[in-house]
Amino acid sequence: MKILVCVSKTPDTTSKIAFKESNTQFEEAGVQWIINPYDEWFALVRAIELKEKDPSIIIHLVTVGGADCDPIIRKALALGGDEAFRINADSNDSFFIAAQIAEIAKQNQYDLIFTGKEAIDYNSAAIGGMISELVDMPYVSLATLFELNGTTATITREIEGGEEVAEISLPVVVSCQKGMAEQRIPNMRGIMAARTKPLKVVEPAAIDTLTSIVNFELPPAKAGCKMVAADNVPELIRLLHEEAKAF
Amino acid sequence: MSVLIVLDQSDNHIKKSAYEILSYGSQLAAQIGTTAEALVLGTVNDDLAALGKYGVSKVHQVNSESLNHVDAQLYTKTIAEAVAQTNASVVVFSQTHTGKSVAARVAARLKAGLVAGAASLPDTSNGFIVRKTVFSGKAFANISIQSPIKVISLNPNSVSVVTTDGTATVDQLSIALDASKIKVTAVNKITGEIPLTEADIVVSGGRGLKGPENWGVLLDLAKVLGAGTACSRPVGDAHWRPHHEHVGQTGVQVAPNLYIALGISGAIQHLAGVNRSKVMVVINKDPEAPFFKAADYGIVGDLFEIVPQMTAEIKKLKGIA
Repeated sequence: MKILVCVSKTPDTTSKIAFKESNTQFEEAGVQWIINPYDEWFALVRAIELKEKDPSIIIHLVTVGGADCDPIIRKALALGGDEAFRINADSNDSFFIAAQIAEIAKQNQYDLIFTGKEAIDYNSAAIGGMISELVDMPYVSLATLFELNGTTATITREIEGGEEVAEISLPVVVSCQKGMAEQRIPNMRGIMAARTKPLKVVEPAAIDTLTSIVNFELPPAKAGCKMVAADNVPELIRLLHEEAKAF
Repeated sequence: MSVLIVLDQSDNHIKKSAYEILSYGSQLAAQIGTTAEALVLGTVNDDLAALGKYGVSKVHQVNSESLNHVDAQLYTKTIAEAVAQTNASVVVFSQTHTGKSVAARVAARLKAGLVAGAASLPDTSNGFIVRKTVFSGKAFANISIQSPIKVISLNPNSVSVVTTDGTATVDQLSIALDASKIKVTAVNKITGEIPLTEADIVVSGGRGLKGPENWGVLLDLAKVLGAGTACSRPVGDAHWRPHHEHVGQTGVQVAPNLYIALGISGAIQHLAGVNRSKVMVVINKDPEAPFFKAADYGIVGDLFEIVPQMTAEIKKLKGIA
């Protein structure tokens, strides 16, 4: 059985968000880069847990990006991937990224493709759904539990106002979120082993981009917090009701 | 040419987010000089002709029970076929669970540029540029879509619902449906609570409540406001409250009209899940809590004294004995 886990490089959750070049580019100075938390904590760790139960499982990793993605790919290999692909292209267009990953997926015939539910930088929650269409597999979004029994997966996912449990024959594409697994820290053995695991750099396929970023904007600064004295609760309620019209 | 608005339904009813995208899609259609049409998938008990008052001239339905569960693969083929039949040039979704499951897949099938998480109407004065939230609500990006067909998935609670006095014609689309490859074995709806992503008001508690046994003050306030209840990550991790209440970067992301944070310090990861709220109120005994920098209104003080007074004041205002 082969699992493909899609990982993305994102700024650390505590990063200051700023832009440069007349607000057309993200300011990377001083930013710590991490594996997108949903990709790492939920998609990758669940794949590793499946492999721990069944050591014949092979985990491939894929990312789309430049050489600056190599540290996060090495970290993912240290956590437990077997082999990684980096598609050497820089793009913010979801379709371009998904189509590049779909090319890898078509060549390697995976039984399972895991993504995080969204990346914390562009928040589109798009890659999993797009890959599934391009490789013509069923897609289960926002999964919170994943169990494998032979070639049948039982998946719990979040839906409007609750959750749904479903059975699906592999192959399937799954977007993963909290509940799937718990965050792990790579151990020294994993870090050493990751140095020699294959990281293949692949040149991108010829795919058109369908969107482009014109510029970024920061939200307008808040007017500031209006403080109300602790002994004047009726004033707070009056402000919420009359000024903010919040209820 | 048309703007096709794909409506969310659950339990055979059109959802609140659907009215927002009807208004949004209708305004967009007027802006680019075309008609707005709605698409309803599955069996729905609501009066579909009445959706005309949100600005659409036609409502198309694919009335099949097999569409009552959202199977992204089946939905995508069906929606793509409806796009072809209605000659739509823009397809609008709501970025809800359903939108997140389906919009991107539809975009890939149609080779259409996607903006998921749109925050406002496109600028069509020179091209087609849509504003969306990025970096978990800490910034916006203006995205240009270059493809002939465009897909927009609108963040819930980002536009107001506008009504007119129109009615819509309703027709059934004839689309052959594949069998679903997903066998749904159980659906567990959270009953007796307001789903967080649909709540107009959210009351949320953090470690400042000191323990699960103290949640009564929060629940009382939520009840008088008709609010959904939420919690911070430490509270969810400590199992003081169920996991589905955890809002923040790795939990649920909410964007209500009013977010009331009780005893939550406001770590950046928490703010990432709530910063699209229109009005934020913070009650915290620590005047240095970072949440005060992000909030609109605040009280520094003991929440166990303040919150019951808030509840009593709101009862008075609403005339509840």
